Amino acid sequence: MSGVLPGLAVLAVCVLTLVLGVFGLRLSRRTSDFYVAGRTVTPGRNAAAIGGEYLSAASFLGVAGLVYDTGVDALWYPIGYTAGYVVLLVLVAAPLRRSGAYTLPDFAEARLESRAVRHLCTVLVVFIGWLYLVPQFQGAGFTLRLVTGAPERLGATVVLVVVVLSVAAGGMRSITLVQAVQYWVKLTALAVPAGVIVAVWWATRGPLPQVDSSWLLPLTGEVPDRHHLYRTFSLLVALALGTTGLPHVVVRYYTNPDGAQARRTTVRVLWLLGMFYVVTIVYGVLGRAYLASSAEDWRADTVVLRLPAQVVDGVPADLLVAALAGGAFAAFLSTSSGLAVAVTGVLNQDVVRPLLAKVTGGDHSEVTGFRLAAVVAVLVPYGLSRFFPEVGLAAFVTLAFVVAASTFFPLLALGVWWPRLTVPGAAAGLLVGAVLATGAIGVTVLVGDRPGWAGALLAQPAAWTVPVALLTAVGVSLATPHRIPRGTRRTLVRLHTPESIPTGALGVPARR
Amino acid sequence: MTSSRRGAPPVRQRTPATDLVEQTEVGELYLQGLLRAQLRLALTVLGVFAAALLAVPVLVTLVPATGAVSLAGVPLVWVLLGVLVYPAMVALAAWYAHQAGRLETRFSDVVGRDA
Repeated sequence: MSGVLPGLAVLAVCVLTLVLGVFGLRLSRRTSDFYVAGRTVTPGRNAAAIGGEYLSAASFLGVAGLVYDTGVDALWYPIGYTAGYVVLLVLVAAPLRRSGAYTLPDFAEARLESRAVRHLCTVLVVFIGWLYLVPQFQGAGFTLRLVTGAPERLGATVVLVVVVLSVAAGGMRSITLVQAVQYWVKLTALAVPAGVIVAVWWATRGPLPQVDSSWLLPLTGEVPDRHHLYRTFSLLVALALGTTGLPHVVVRYYTNPDGAQARRTTVRVLWLLGMFYVVTIVYGVLGRAYLASSAEDWRADTVVLRLPAQVVDGVPADLLVAALAGGAFAAFLSTSSGLAVAVTGVLNQDVVRPLLAKVTGGDHSEVTGFRLAAVVAVLVPYGLSRFFPEVGLAAFVTLAFVVAASTFFPLLALGVWWPRLTVPGAAAGLLVGAVLATGAIGVTVLVGDRPGWAGALLAQPAAWTVPVALLTAVGVSLATPHRIPRGTRRTLVRLHTPESIPTGALGVPARR
Repeated sequence: MTSSRRGAPPVRQRTPATDLVEQTEVGELYLQGLLRAQLRLALTVLGVFAAALLAVPVLVTLVPATGAVSLAGVPLVWVLLGVLVYPAMVALAAWYAHQAGRLETRFSDVVGRDA
């Protein structure tokens, strides 16, 4: 395939992202604009922005690659990614909006009135954000190399530059607009080529997918002692509960006008995600009809990008690949900038701003700090991405979900619903969840995925790390009843009472 | 003009509804009622959702033949897990959002009336 058209498509997506970012700069003037778009985002646009932000390299390329590789069992990945929003809607969407906090550490501090828990959350937000950013850079690298023949690092560098510029320039306001546009760019770039491919396949009576029964039938993929049912269940736990604790998803909820709108937004998000994932599955299935995995330099994540050239010839194939490459870059850019904003926000509030205040004696503008934090937030995972082994995108992203599910999910679920949560309880839950989740992942990365129960428990740890973290938080809280935050009652009133009751009337600080 | 959330003084106003929820037994009861009702609704939805999702792998493990059932040449499991699961999630979410909104409206009416 010639690399000119795909290269131009990638360039166009980058320029579009930057132009929208600069356009947003004109509108963002106050700090709250930088963080949460001044809270004036409608559910329609907010849902598209959440979809745009959430559908990362793992969704655009990784899901099709996994379906190609493992067949029906891979369908649990997109289901898990989507189910996360049902859990988020039911447990935290409206209360999170009503908490009136900007970031996850803000929520923790407001609910628990503890600086220590706040700092713990800051560390975790940065850790999860970076874990999620690494595969985005890797995906950008191999995508650009595949479609244009560029060196591996160039794709990651392009993402780095565009994300830093657009985040530092406009903050969240522009990002909301950019993300909403990116969702539709991604869906179009994926759905139109899929339509063409299916039409050609149908009209030419194309080959049937070459598959065996382990691909076609559920829970038969590997040898029996790998405990399929447990692994499927644990994966679903990680993805469904992890979404609630992802820093770039949670930050979007602060941009809804009120709690009821936050719910409405989430229902729309489910629509948008469902449409997208059904289309990605087409690539995995038809990939089996046209592509053999013996090709040189093979990696299942490239199925989406390789398929068009196998189905049609010449310029049409180039056009389809160009659309897909542009869409893939939209995915890398939007997820990366969403994560960058979330990580930048907490880095700025808890690290850069205090440091700058010390160095300059308070003589600096707040926007300078935000921009400095943005550079740090993106540069570190960019540097790390070259040292990580190349595993499948969807599997890599799952690591971030496991950590989020084991730490922030217990904190948010208990924080929103359980009045007896104490400061030591919350801190213990966060620590235990973080240590167990990273420990299990670390062991699997070091010794590989072993057969048997030990291997299954370590490779898919969420099914036991989440309950252990939850029970730790509950147990320690019950043992330290004198450490219940004094304002718990008032905070819970604020989280659960509808906005139609004037906030001042309930004796709680007015929402901003 | 830049501003930060932290450091800003909390705005507090006292009104009849304040005292109702903050200081009286009745207010406490109203809030607990709302919390319980919302939590019950949330757990019901999550329970139904988890049971529906897990039914597929559990059934296939117990009765492997069910994994091979097909409709017009397309395996049923693929149709369920690849397509139908998504509109089902949207329907469940929309129903939940409607019910949660109703609970809140009822709470507002009661508190507004008593205050």
